Amino acid sequence: MRSFDYAAPVSLAEALALLAAHPTARVLAGGTDLLVQLKSGRRETPLVVDLKKIPELKAITFDAAEGLTIGATVPCCQLTAHADLRRVYPSLAEVAGLIGGTAVQGRASLGGNLCNAAPSADSVPLMIALSAQARVAGPQGLRTVAVEDFCVAPGKSILGPGEFLVSIFFPLPAPGFHAHYLRFIPRNEMDIAVVGVGVSTTVQDGKIAAARIALASVAPTPLFVKAAGDSLVGQAPTSEAIAGAATLAQAAAKPISDMRAPADYRRHLCDVLTRRALTATLGAQ
Amino acid sequence: MKVHVQFTLNGEPAEFLAEPRQTLLECLRDNLNLTGTKEGCGDGNCGSCSVLLDGQLVTSCLVLGVETQGQRVDTVEGIAKGSTLHPIQKAFIDHAALQCGICTPGFLMATKALLDHEPNPTEPQIRLWLANNLCRCTGYDKIVRAVQAAAAEMRA
Ligand SMILES: Cc1cc2nc3c(=O)[nH]c(=O)nc-3n(C[C@H](O)[C@H](O)[C@H](O)COP(=O)(O)OP(=O)(O)OC[C@H]3O[C@@H](n4cnc5c(N)ncnc54)[C@H](O)[C@@H]3O)c2cc1C
Ligand code: FES
Ligand code: FES
Repeated sequence: MRSFDYAAPVSLAEALALLAAHPTARVLAGGTDLLVQLKSGRRETPLVVDLKKIPELKAITFDAAEGLTIGATVPCCQLTAHADLRRVYPSLAEVAGLIGGTAVQGRASLGGNLCNAAPSADSVPLMIALSAQARVAGPQGLRTVAVEDFCVAPGKSILGPGEFLVSIFFPLPAPGFHAHYLRFIPRNEMDIAVVGVGVSTTVQDGKIAAARIALASVAPTPLFVKAAGDSLVGQAPTSEAIAGAATLAQAAAKPISDMRAPADYRRHLCDVLTRRALTATLGAQ
Repeated sequence: MKVHVQFTLNGEPAEFLAEPRQTLLECLRDNLNLTGTKEGCGDGNCGSCSVLLDGQLVTSCLVLGVETQGQRVDTVEGIAKGSTLHPIQKAFIDHAALQCGICTPGFLMATKALLDHEPNPTEPQIRLWLANNLCRCTGYDKIVRAVQAAAAEMRA
């Protein structure tokens, strides 16, 4: 790796001041994307700002009246071990157990997964399905951005100069709410999603009251397909309703062909995985 | 500029001087002369550089040496007690779970982390936990048998 300086601020204010003074600095969470990029020369920086010492960025707080707040640098291994998280947001614990293998999960954070802005990021479609909100600190103060609006291009997010992600907030699930993430990879683990689908559904009095569907690896960014989820609202949870939503998800996908799969196969997977994920959440009633 | 890092290494206080760009793997091997930890891929995929950082399994090629300031690092050098091998090391030898041995320190540390966390893992649990470790020579079956034998020995 090229030489760089290292700083580990212990407060939001200190981190903001460092980033204001060094516009080309790069922030570090678990490093499982950033260090790979710095080693390969794909990214360069004169200063690495390690955010893992800032209290707000390393805490998980569950409030039974509000919801769950996950600090931007909390590693996946702490998510899979957190009792409230496993109980109230089991799909989130599952996706944290899916990113890389054990050693990667010892470092990799949901914040890094989101800020890296890869179209294939496994946690992002699920976070969208869970209506997660990104809390961002910057020179102008704090702001909140819906996760579906966070990524703008491969490797690019809405974060402006001097801004960084503080935490991700997950509202409390309503009664009858279930969420699920499914991906297709050629191996059983340790691989990049050919297609990933995150869904959530809320069933009340036998009818679908709300649904959200998002896709990975089929567009330049993680893709929220609002119309597909909305098509389910008011319907009974039948296989026809599910098939209709899956067709809408498939139609919204704009996949490319690459070494992992041709575009046609990705489109086929959008339909299959959306149907399976919805069958899982609606069957779970 | 070099940074003075003080940490706990295999249970003893230790220190080294590191450039921020040096990975923990480089610091262990080049600055501290602990060459048990191996480099395979250098990008998080093969697990041969696995160590424990504050008790958590990590790939030391994706940790900066300077990040370990004040933390606890355990490497393969620390698992035997003097000349008495750790039961996991002994099981790997008894079950011929190594050939060239490059992947072995990583498998030993990953297995230690597994058995610290789950003393009686099922075979699928073992295979899933070790998915972050690759072996080009031995194949995985003997490794899984060795882990099962070590687990049984350590529970006894
Ligand atoms: C072997 C291996 C397997 C992997 N498998 C998977 C997988 O199965 N699924 C998957 O989705 N990913 C996978 N990844 C990629 C990576 O592990 C994840 O994207 C991970 O979540 C990144 O988190 P991190 O904390 O390591 O981020 P870092 O590498 O620290 O950061 C990633 C990027 O986000 C920026 N950043 C980090 N935190 C913040 C913040 N708070 N504010 C602003 N910007 C920030 C950094 O500057 C950097 O550009 C794998 C990586 C490896 C090495
Ligand atoms: S050398 Fe670190 S994972 Fe391969
Ligand atoms: S024994 Fe040679 S790589 Fe595993």
